[in-house]
Amino acid sequence: MSAVTGTNATDSSARTRALLTAADPGRRRTDRIMQGLIWFAFAIAMVPLAWLLWTVTVEGVGRMSIDFLSLSMRNIFGGDPGGGIYHAVMGTLIITGIAALISVPVGILTAIYLVEYGKGWLARSVTFFVDVMTGIPSIVAGLFAFSLFALFLGPSVRMGIVGAVALSVLMIPVVVRSCEEMLKLVPNELREAAYALGVPKWLTIVKVVLRTSVAGLTTGVLLAVARVIGETAPLLVTVGVTDSINLNPFEGRMMTLPVFTYRQYQQGYAPCPAGESATCVADIAFQNAWGAALVLIVIVLTLNLLGRLVNRWFSPKLR
Amino acid sequence: MNLSRFTRAGSAVAVGVLALSLAACGSDPEPADSASGDGAAESTETDSGEEMASLAGQLSGGGASSQEAAMNAWRAGFQQANPDATINYDPVGSGGGRTGFGDGSYKFAGSDAALDDEELAAAEAQCGEGGVIEFPGYVSPVAVAFNLDGIDSLNMQPETIAGIFLGEITSWDDEAIAADNPDADLPGTAITVVHRSDESGTTENFEEYLHVAAPDVWTAEPSGVWPVDGQESAQGNSGVVGAVQAGQGTITYADASQVAELGTVAVGVGDEFVEYSAEAAAEVVAQSPRTEGTSDFVYTIELERDIPGTYPIALVSYSLACTTYADEATAELVRGFLTYLVSEEGQQAAADAAGSAPLSDTIRQAILPGIESISAG
Amino acid sequence: MTITDSPPRAGVRPVRRRRSSDRGFNRAFRWISHGAGITILVVLAAVALFLLWQAWPAITAGGEQLATSVPRFPADTSLLAYVGPLVFGTLLAAVLALCLAVPVAIGIALFISHYAPRRLAQLLGYLVDLLAAIPSVVYGLWGFLVLAPVLTPFWLWLNENLSWVPLYGGQASTTGRAMATVGVVLAVMILPIITAVSREVFLQTPKLHEEAALALGATRWEVVRTAVLPFGRSGVISAAMLGLGRALGETMAVLMILSPGFSYSLDILAAGQHQTIAAYIAADFPESTGLGINTLIATGLALFVITLAVNMTARWIVSRRKEFSGAN
Repeated sequence: MSAVTGTNATDSSARTRALLTAADPGRRRTDRIMQGLIWFAFAIAMVPLAWLLWTVTVEGVGRMSIDFLSLSMRNIFGGDPGGGIYHAVMGTLIITGIAALISVPVGILTAIYLVEYGKGWLARSVTFFVDVMTGIPSIVAGLFAFSLFALFLGPSVRMGIVGAVALSVLMIPVVVRSCEEMLKLVPNELREAAYALGVPKWLTIVKVVLRTSVAGLTTGVLLAVARVIGETAPLLVTVGVTDSINLNPFEGRMMTLPVFTYRQYQQGYAPCPAGESATCVADIAFQNAWGAALVLIVIVLTLNLLGRLVNRWFSPKLR
Repeated sequence: MNLSRFTRAGSAVAVGVLALSLAACGSDPEPADSASGDGAAESTETDSGEEMASLAGQLSGGGASSQEAAMNAWRAGFQQANPDATINYDPVGSGGGRTGFGDGSYKFAGSDAALDDEELAAAEAQCGEGGVIEFPGYVSPVAVAFNLDGIDSLNMQPETIAGIFLGEITSWDDEAIAADNPDADLPGTAITVVHRSDESGTTENFEEYLHVAAPDVWTAEPSGVWPVDGQESAQGNSGVVGAVQAGQGTITYADASQVAELGTVAVGVGDEFVEYSAEAAAEVVAQSPRTEGTSDFVYTIELERDIPGTYPIALVSYSLACTTYADEATAELVRGFLTYLVSEEGQQAAADAAGSAPLSDTIRQAILPGIESISAG
Repeated sequence: MTITDSPPRAGVRPVRRRRSSDRGFNRAFRWISHGAGITILVVLAAVALFLLWQAWPAITAGGEQLATSVPRFPADTSLLAYVGPLVFGTLLAAVLALCLAVPVAIGIALFISHYAPRRLAQLLGYLVDLLAAIPSVVYGLWGFLVLAPVLTPFWLWLNENLSWVPLYGGQASTTGRAMATVGVVLAVMILPIITAVSREVFLQTPKLHEEAALALGATRWEVVRTAVLPFGRSGVISAAMLGLGRALGETMAVLMILSPGFSYSLDILAAGQHQTIAAYIAADFPESTGLGINTLIATGLALFVITLAVNMTARWIVSRRKEFSGAN
């Protein structure tokens, strides 16, 4: 334990001893009350979660079918209950995937730099500006990526890659911040032990620091993905919208699930002749929106689950 | 230990590969789907393919979001007739559409307002010698909709509407409303006005109507922005309709196709009250004069708000295109698409999908020569 | 603290490590990680320069010029006075959300790290993370269509009975589309981020500290108060900052729920009083042209400056309380 930890421990034990001299029933009551409050806090958080998931499932599950998942919206309009979200699913996977490919290496390397190498003005300014970067509004990130590509390719540029760059701007700081926090938590003793055995610094970082913190790093990356996968505004200005399938991020517009959800919600009601009809459903756009939202949530959950399994298999046990 | 680590890594990779291949599986329906959408389009007409030679390629336009529902119908109709063509439309808003058209990023555009002189100059510079084509491709009534239990329709004079939206008439049993609706059982509920929070052509159109029809009450100059502070508002047509449905005693203005089961206002024109309808809105456009002093291909109209028997709050949204394009393929696509857009079939498709008012024959005949002249230059 | 398997194994085969290329690897690795840090500075500089470059025409234009070309711009005001209410609305929304979210998030993090049954803890943590998986558009849909109507009677009750409290004054909205609802939704949205980071930090509390406190006869709450919370303080502050960053820049949910207005009102139950910068940009961007876009980007610049100020304050708070880290 380093010196700082030592004093901290003495401090708290002194405080604890002071606490122990207090009256017993009072302490127990406080303990009970706080326990109740903490359980209550958890219950409070579960209310909106259950409520939201319930709403999305109930509203969205009606649209689920093989067709909905494997067809695009090409040539579907008005109250037509056909079509699906395949184009949007692929768009989301491709664009978010590229964004992650860009941001995860940059983010983790920056975190390594800050924790392992960072000294002096450069490290201070990187830490500081990463904080600032978390505050970039998503639409501004979109405008930035758009004008960057428009400089070279003209103002009509709408491609998946532009959206991926916009998402990276949003994702990098989140990755850095959470990974930095995780790397800092790797006990110094581990590093010192490795150095003492003659392991060079880079190998210590790769084999000891990264291996020890891989669980935390995964959580960090997952949170970052969850943060950007639902972004709507930057994709609207950079990727445009389409209702046909486009799998090439370097050419043409792409659809993504959040944009699809928003567009469908914006379309609102379709004018249909009165009465029930198989070919015209007045609120089909809302059904599509909820359906796409449900699929988006399921995708994120699957990614999370995968990440957690990998995490469980690979992380060393610290205690 | 090492072996088991490899096994774990192997299984992780296997899971990833499995997930990716599952996702790739979904692309199987793509050929059937992009060929003619037959898996998805049972319900739409498919026998319109013979009229024109099939066109191919991708065409992108953008602009007014008000046109989106109609544009979906036009794109679908055109793409069914020309399976190799893809038309995209970005519903970025009228301003974005005009800007995009001016700098050439959109080959065609939709706009809730006609181009002003400056924009026209920019567009003409972009389009080259032939100049710009501009015509009212989409006309739709704007309904004044409210949510009051048990009341489906109310009569209101323009002055009453203006008073309500200004916040001067604050209760549903106000004398001004009661006077025009002697039979209605009006509750004492407070009136909550909901307006569009985004800048929009619908807002500008509605303000313009109030400004012209009730000049003494509504004194604010029309613009895309709502002039009254401190009222409820929401984003987009679907937003204001949602907000009105959520409250009691709420009132708003929205594209007529969106108002669903809300009560609507029959608007006073002269001595009578006119309920919104596509026909009544088409009539006001047909009877309003064309703007003078424009070039042959620019067909804009000066909406008259007081023609008896017509519904005066009509949103007129323009379509913009060039007469010359750099390459033949684009020119053909634009020509084919716009021809379909103004055709009776296209206008009817929009009417079915978006509740819009079909163009009159007179206007169609005036526009068609311009569209037919589109060529590569 | 038990030692992991990896460091000893790293030492088992020292022969392979003593190559001269290690020095080269060391240097290369250092430069790569330096490069990543510098990349971030470059990207940020590019964003900032772009913002400034695009905002410049609006900053240099006079109020009159702006009023003629920006429809929403009132006639007799300056850009600064125009952006003011937006800044106020943005801060109000973020602070409201943070006030609601931080206590709950700390509670949840403690629940998962120290109170929940061991076997369930991981699953419960996963449940909270689910909140982060829900896209903001869906929060917007839900907040607008489902939550606002439910909260409205409660807001009306507050407005009727507690209107002497400054926040609850004014004319309460009858559709629930007010700042209070936005605050609740934003709080839910930033909850998982604050929780996840705090939880990880709480879990890293040295077992020795906790055991020492227990050995001295401390109750569970006293262990938390004396060992866990002091250890995790900087982590919690940084978690709250992450949450604040998200709340400040959140666009879609605010856009879909709030009835916007431009005033310095504290009445969070009233409609048409506040607007946040991000939602304002998203709402007006489509219909804006020329100087209008420059004005929007100038407000974006203001948001940028706010985050800068917020972060400087946070940094100052953290530096005052000596930061604990295993790596110092």
